[in-house]
Amino acid sequence: MAQPDVLSQPFELGFTYTRSTGPVVGRFLTGLRDRRIFGIRASDGRVIVPPMEYDPNTAAALDEFVEVGQQGTIRSWCWVKRPRAAHPLQQPFAWAMIQLDGADVPMIHCVAAAAEEELATGARVQVKWADEPRGFITDIRCFELVDRKTTAEGATNPAAPANDDSPVTRIDAPVYLHYNFTAGRAPARFLARIKEGVLSGQRCPRCANVYIPPRGSCPACGVATEEEVVLPDKATVQSFTIVAIPIPNNPIKPPFVIANLVLDGANISFIHLLSECENSEVHIGQRVQAVWKPQAEWGYAMDNIRYFRPIDEPDVPVAMIGKLPVTGWEG
Amino acid sequence: MATLAAVVGIGQTHYKTRRGDVSIAGLVREAAVNALDDAGLGWDDIDAVIVGKAPDMFEGVIMPEIYLTDALGCNGKPMMRVHTAGSVGGSTALVAASHVQSGMFRRVLTVTFEKQSESNAMWALSTPQPFSVHLNAGAGGYFAPIIREYMRRSGAPYDVGIKVAVKDRLHGARNPLAHLQLPNITMKEVEESMMLWDPIRFLEACPSSDGACAMVIVAEDLATRSPKPPAWIRGGAMRSEPTMYAGREEVSPQAGRDCAADVYRQAGITNPRKDLDCAEIYVPFSWYEPMWLENLGFAAEGEGWKLTMSGATSLDEGGDIPWNCSGGVLSSNPIGASGMIRFAEAARQVRGDAGAHQVEGARLAMGHAYGGGAQFFAMWVVGADKP
Amino acid sequence: MKEIAIVAFSQSDCLARAGAANEVELIMPQLRAVFDQVGLNNAQDVDFVCSGSCDYLQGAAFAFVAGVDALGAVPPIKESHVEMDAAWALYESILKIRMGQAESALIYGFAKASSGELPIVLSQQLDPYYLAPLWVDNVSLAAMQARQLLERGLASERAMAEVVVRARRHALANPHAQLSGDVSVEELLAAETFVAPLRESDCAPVADGAAAMIICTVEKARAWGVPYARITGIDHRIETHNLGMRDLTDSVSTRQAAEAAGMKRGPVQVAELYAPFSHQEIILCRALGLGDETVINPSGGVMAGNLMMASGLARMGEVFRRIASGEIGRGIAHATSGPCLQHNLVAVLESA
Repeated sequence: MAQPDVLSQPFELGFTYTRSTGPVVGRFLTGLRDRRIFGIRASDGRVIVPPMEYDPNTAAALDEFVEVGQQGTIRSWCWVKRPRAAHPLQQPFAWAMIQLDGADVPMIHCVAAAAEEELATGARVQVKWADEPRGFITDIRCFELVDRKTTAEGATNPAAPANDDSPVTRIDAPVYLHYNFTAGRAPARFLARIKEGVLSGQRCPRCANVYIPPRGSCPACGVATEEEVVLPDKATVQSFTIVAIPIPNNPIKPPFVIANLVLDGANISFIHLLSECENSEVHIGQRVQAVWKPQAEWGYAMDNIRYFRPIDEPDVPVAMIGKLPVTGWEG
Repeated sequence: MATLAAVVGIGQTHYKTRRGDVSIAGLVREAAVNALDDAGLGWDDIDAVIVGKAPDMFEGVIMPEIYLTDALGCNGKPMMRVHTAGSVGGSTALVAASHVQSGMFRRVLTVTFEKQSESNAMWALSTPQPFSVHLNAGAGGYFAPIIREYMRRSGAPYDVGIKVAVKDRLHGARNPLAHLQLPNITMKEVEESMMLWDPIRFLEACPSSDGACAMVIVAEDLATRSPKPPAWIRGGAMRSEPTMYAGREEVSPQAGRDCAADVYRQAGITNPRKDLDCAEIYVPFSWYEPMWLENLGFAAEGEGWKLTMSGATSLDEGGDIPWNCSGGVLSSNPIGASGMIRFAEAARQVRGDAGAHQVEGARLAMGHAYGGGAQFFAMWVVGADKP
Repeated sequence: MKEIAIVAFSQSDCLARAGAANEVELIMPQLRAVFDQVGLNNAQDVDFVCSGSCDYLQGAAFAFVAGVDALGAVPPIKESHVEMDAAWALYESILKIRMGQAESALIYGFAKASSGELPIVLSQQLDPYYLAPLWVDNVSLAAMQARQLLERGLASERAMAEVVVRARRHALANPHAQLSGDVSVEELLAAETFVAPLRESDCAPVADGAAAMIICTVEKARAWGVPYARITGIDHRIETHNLGMRDLTDSVSTRQAAEAAGMKRGPVQVAELYAPFSHQEIILCRALGLGDETVINPSGGVMAGNLMMASGLARMGEVFRRIASGEIGRGIAHATSGPCLQHNLVAVLESA
């Protein structure tokens, strides 16, 4: 038997989340936009940077802001020899826990340094601001080591003239993650067959029902399915709806019909498009057949079948839908 | 055998398209504080916190209980996060209750939420992986064919869904927390709204909301001492079935029927329509009211739509079994919280605490949630009287 | 309070990449194994099912829904899910049994973490405003924790390497291990650092796979006539999300959980600790006050292979196995969640 196709494909999952900050986080980010850093006083008097909304020990809502310095001391650090694509710095750098002057609790951010040897717990660092702070944690572009010999450039940078006075209440947070997806064995087998223009389901060894598209198990029995069953590309409409809104990434224009179709010989339905008919003529029990894309366009995808269209065969009675043999229904 | 438990505090947020005034922690905190205040308790009184919400993709924060622990006063305590798709609000309530009913905890706080305005609900529900063999037609694309099958089998007239859409929004207009405030909604307006997935029209579908819902659940002796009347948990049940299998009954899923039978048995209910005073039932598309009336045994098969059309489920029409007096999912839908809102609103009714949407003299109420391809069900029955 | 017994456990081999295996295909062999251990057919034969998984590890919303297809959930079953390691699904199941709504439960956890860049994926667990946008990966956070430990004299690089040496040697006896063998401290220390001060060897190898377990009341275990271990105590605690406000060189919540679970009420012959980094095993041992009388991670722990969302359950399973076989009489199992041991669960297991 031929080696099963292993189907892998990279994909990205992501969205640019629009996060409202609330007053505490907002105050901190507004400060960053103005090149100032604010912490908050905890129930026990300690100053926490960045500010927490709620005290970790008493659960009290916190609201006493305290401005802190823009230099601090490294309390711990690590060296990222090979930065990851998502990291804020793309040459080797350090992550560090930095306790800013005036704060009692360290914050985590990155430290730019030429070499690992420059880093040390207890070393002094200073904020390096982004060129155009906008109210985001990366307004602190990174921290840089302060040479003890040189005078610190004052506890705070001169405040950038605020571009507008309205406080930051929102951030746009892009969260995009990259994955490499590998299809399961049963779906891969199905897709390898459909690439050849063949529809193939799997039969449950216990209840003998045929599942297409197959997932490797009979959900009702909880047993693995192995036996392949080749099915024709004729089907019966089990149910349907007329859709007025477009499907993401699909060129089909509303209003269009999607239907739950049961292939001859299968015992479950799948959703697909119906076309080459009046929407109003679609009905339960209607016989349809697949219209395939040109063979040259076939890939590992259900949409090798462009849609199903009605064929001239008698309707299937409702009671027989999902129970037809592979040979179909001739009334 | 099970320790008796009761709801002694309920807190909700206003449901809105976008809660732009709070962080995620702020949203959750608001409901939690409201629940604690309602119960006359403080953070130190809580033994454990149980959080629930729908997929993390909605807010893009992975396993958010890790970040929310400080907001919920949970440090040094147990914290869990439940995720059972759309029924999660209900199942979270049941898991929280089981903390007390098992005898292992005395007072727990449970919170469910969704801040789905941070992304887009339709996107989050339909993020397909490569090689997906399924056409992505949205939730409506899944449910509309099932609704059509119900209409075909029952012969229901076309406007049953319209009636429910109006009824639930009129109920919602009595509830200051509800997202959709449509006190002047009419049958005509619903009928003329855009058809999305035939037969579901725009105004027959639920909104997308931000919001959170919280409850404090305590053991029997603590409940009797609480400042406001408790809602005693008289029964709770969950059932699941596969999304798809040969011969699956999709219009009236077996899991729903079995779950209802279980919770009725626990609560001593033999005739839900008569025994219950009201119900908060998960109806995100209006036709699901008549369908669930049948699935849950309030009406015989094929007769649910008659019950709806008779006004029996309407508070405004003086019906004998009002459904969704809070406005239901059709009026507010923060997905992760919607199930708990049903459970909490049922509890409000039997505590006499439902304000302008109170059913007079309600003493026994049902909360219901479902999720996935109508395959996950969670239900509870709460009462003013101790069993 | 009802006594809970573990009667079956199985886990998949720890593979760096499961490859062509979807959720159903990952889970089913483990379910089959635990059903066979007890003589059951499918999920119809237990009273409750609960799973643990995390959508974002695979990049699929509702990943757990696919898992339901592996159960045989017709007629419908009582089933639930936590978006956490299956050790917490075990916890939820214990609550269910103790409240009287079940006498037995099936628990499983699974993940295909190889699909994504796990350390970067896990950065999105962090504070959404202050840390997630920086994409601080979990290895870097652990590295900072390790440095604190080293600089306070609470551990040495040698001690960390010794953890790895022991783990890999123990893993030789673990048929599911991804990484095992005889290696010397010198060999490990000779390697360059990965995210200093951590070396790659200090980081547990992440594995795709699944694990499953069956628990029940002690009465049921006796009725089934299978060897079992009792869970005599179980507890979990979480700490603040603010890493700067925690003492990262200690694990307060682990100690609290162990105390509440009654760890000290008897000898701890074995401790299976979920330590994804070598220095974290040192932290946990110290936090728990474990001494020479306790064998740490005889399975090799997650250093032998870290099944995301299932490793916590697998720690329970490894202790169960050793009790059920009569090798030991009492042990503890630990599970963790969140950055740098933020959330910890401890279970105490004892013989029948």
